[in-house]
Amino acid sequence: MAIDDKSSLESAKRKTSFGNSTFMRVARYTAVRLLTLFITVVIGVYLTIMIANMGGYVDQIMKNEIRDRFQTTIAISPGFQKLDPNVRKKLMEETIAQEEKRMGLDIPIAVRDARYLSNALTLNLGRAINMTSDSGSKEVRLILLGRLPATLLLAGTSELFLFVISVLLALSLSRRYGSFWDKIVITLSPTSAAPPWFYGIFLILIFGALLKVLPFGGLTDSPPPENPIDYGLSVLKHLILPSSAIIVSQIFLSIYNWRTFFLIYSSEDYVEMAKAKGLPAGDIERRYILRPTLPTIITQFALLVITLWQGFIITETVFLWPGLGRTLYQAIGLYDIPVIVGSTIIYAYLLAITVFLLDFVYALVDPRVKVGGGGRS
Amino acid sequence: MNTLKNSFREILRYPSAIMGMVVILLLVVIAAYAMIKIPYNNAITLWRGGEDVWYQNPKFAPPAWYNFFLSKKLPVSFTANTMDGSISKKITPGAQGTGTVDLSYTFDFNYDGYPQEMFLYFNNKFQHKQPFVSIMWLTPDGRKIRIGNFGANQKETYRFSQDEKLQIRLKNENVMEGLFVNPETKAPLKGKYQLLITGTTFEKDSDIDAEFVFHGQLYGMAGTDQLRRDLTVALLWGTPVALAFGLIASLGTSVLTMIIAAIGSWYGGWVDELLQRITEINLVLPFFSILIMIGTFYSHSIWVILGVTILLSIFSGSIKAYRAIFLQVKESMYIEAARAYGASDSRIIFLYLIPRMIPLLIPGLVSSIPAFVFLEASLAVLGLGDPVLPTWGKIINDANANGALYKGYYYWIMEPAALLMITGLGFAMLGFALDRIFNPRLRDI
Repeated sequence: MAIDDKSSLESAKRKTSFGNSTFMRVARYTAVRLLTLFITVVIGVYLTIMIANMGGYVDQIMKNEIRDRFQTTIAISPGFQKLDPNVRKKLMEETIAQEEKRMGLDIPIAVRDARYLSNALTLNLGRAINMTSDSGSKEVRLILLGRLPATLLLAGTSELFLFVISVLLALSLSRRYGSFWDKIVITLSPTSAAPPWFYGIFLILIFGALLKVLPFGGLTDSPPPENPIDYGLSVLKHLILPSSAIIVSQIFLSIYNWRTFFLIYSSEDYVEMAKAKGLPAGDIERRYILRPTLPTIITQFALLVITLWQGFIITETVFLWPGLGRTLYQAIGLYDIPVIVGSTIIYAYLLAITVFLLDFVYALVDPRVKVGGGGRS
Repeated sequence: MNTLKNSFREILRYPSAIMGMVVILLLVVIAAYAMIKIPYNNAITLWRGGEDVWYQNPKFAPPAWYNFFLSKKLPVSFTANTMDGSISKKITPGAQGTGTVDLSYTFDFNYDGYPQEMFLYFNNKFQHKQPFVSIMWLTPDGRKIRIGNFGANQKETYRFSQDEKLQIRLKNENVMEGLFVNPETKAPLKGKYQLLITGTTFEKDSDIDAEFVFHGQLYGMAGTDQLRRDLTVALLWGTPVALAFGLIASLGTSVLTMIIAAIGSWYGGWVDELLQRITEINLVLPFFSILIMIGTFYSHSIWVILGVTILLSIFSGSIKAYRAIFLQVKESMYIEAARAYGASDSRIIFLYLIPRMIPLLIPGLVSSIPAFVFLEASLAVLGLGDPVLPTWGKIINDANANGALYKGYYYWIMEPAALLMITGLGFAMLGFALDRIFNPRLRDI
């Protein structure tokens, strides 16, 4: 009895110390990843700014715009017309130079890029030319952050459903491959070649235009319902079509990929061994197939999410979903340079956050990180 | 050569691969036909042409094959001309240099709807004195309706619907309805209609030529858009553009990715490390937004976009997959042997390492074509399509901008969408089969 107690105490002790060190390892791994990812984001944002500036091309556009604006103001104001042409010209050049200085266009491009970089990293994205946020502000940051929840709602819902549905279906298909449903999925998997907006058009046509059961687009009914419950229901109703467009466009390929992947893993020797021991199918799936493949599943999912982020721009446009993507689309139409550059930077951040979150989950499920080494396959 | 033959025989075992190849072959044939039938410059002038090029077509007209599915048949557009003899012309000389020109055109009208509009375009020759024309309309039930009489200029356009006197004479606001209605049943009257134009000329060499343009509700094989353009031009020309964009982008991306992966894994050390880091940075670069930025600020040209696409897609996730395999191949005996007899680095990379990977390259290359085809379409849908070339994506963009889905012009979106889908499916099906053939791990599954 006493010996038993002692041993259980010891094992408990061992457990806590093991837990602590696991925590430390995951924390260290996370910190290292966070640091590398931060450096990656800095370089990525810097590249984005360089591309946005296109070697001074955008500056030229802005300079021309300033010149154009002052020339017209001076040309139409009667006060200036009485002046001697030379004096007027000198005055105009001075005003233009002043304005360029105010906009910071006289500083060398490398310095300015560095300044842009620090501004961009702190999300100090400047002021929009034409667009305003819902609250009426011209701050690019407010415009973009105001639209972010809609995008996150759409992305979160569709990606979560996509992930859960495809992994579960893939598992059940891998158990009976060669069956009718398995063949259907294989046959349909090439349909994922088309992006979500493409299926969106079809869905709008069928459910919006022909059957008239679901709305064409938008976030809520107009005017938006006052009651929070009605508001939520209205949003849900509008969410159905865009999220199903995203799910439909990816589902067959992801089921196919994961089914193939599970099949490869379920022919491993230790799975055969487990089967021979007579373990129940559910146990085999959970402990012998799903568990070792989890890190790979997560990596695959991360790549899928990253591809999907890009696809949202047009999906939102097609469904008039007031998210980041649609803002970018509107900014293109209005030629609003700060908003375009700003949303590209926000997208870079979103991608980095996605990579980081999935890395973190990866660290939690990958035994190699827990046990030590911290290596990444 | 033998292995190629074998793998080809292998391909034939997959029905999806055969279907994919048939689709691709068909697309290539369409592309070739488009480029021969409508040469590049011709296509661009047609697509950018305004009313002067497309005056013969109605606006927003669905394709003529709509009638096949409709119980109430809608009128299909057509034109007739004295120049090609479809309108018969008879000249009777009179006294003192005068003359009479009789134009007659008979057509069948077996539809349950009214046309949008009808026009007569006169092209007259005279020195000083205008010829005088009078137009008569004969209905199948024998009624004779006077349309109008007027002196015609060198270029004279007569619009049936705009003639207020005719409206009064027909006692109907809508001239088209007035001309085609059966007075008893109030439904369109079917049968042979005849248009008679009698012109009197007052000079010796004076002559009258006329073109009759009938804007029905339907038009041609593919229908028309808001600028009266025949969509066939863009649908046909979209094929070579889509194929070229998809093929070049996918070929460029996969070959360059492979070369870079080979170089990285061969040299190892800091080169490999650098390439890995670049791949990670590329992962957080928002590819599509950058394409949009370049499209908006710099150039809409499809070739610039193509270049940037390739550049940004090189360091994608597949570089890691290739690298893993190259690292294995690097250790094989024949590489060891090559190193032993002093083969140069570039020789080993390009002649020994990369050729080994070509079987793995092909399925990936074919499967990634649809993604690039759709990428081009996506950019066009955002309004960043090539400024001159007609493409499928640009049709969808036009349709979306004109609210095609809301107003019910479904053909406008469905035609390019169907072509995109067929192209995507064709390549994806072939790519899938190739993947199963060249990837031994998948063969039994």
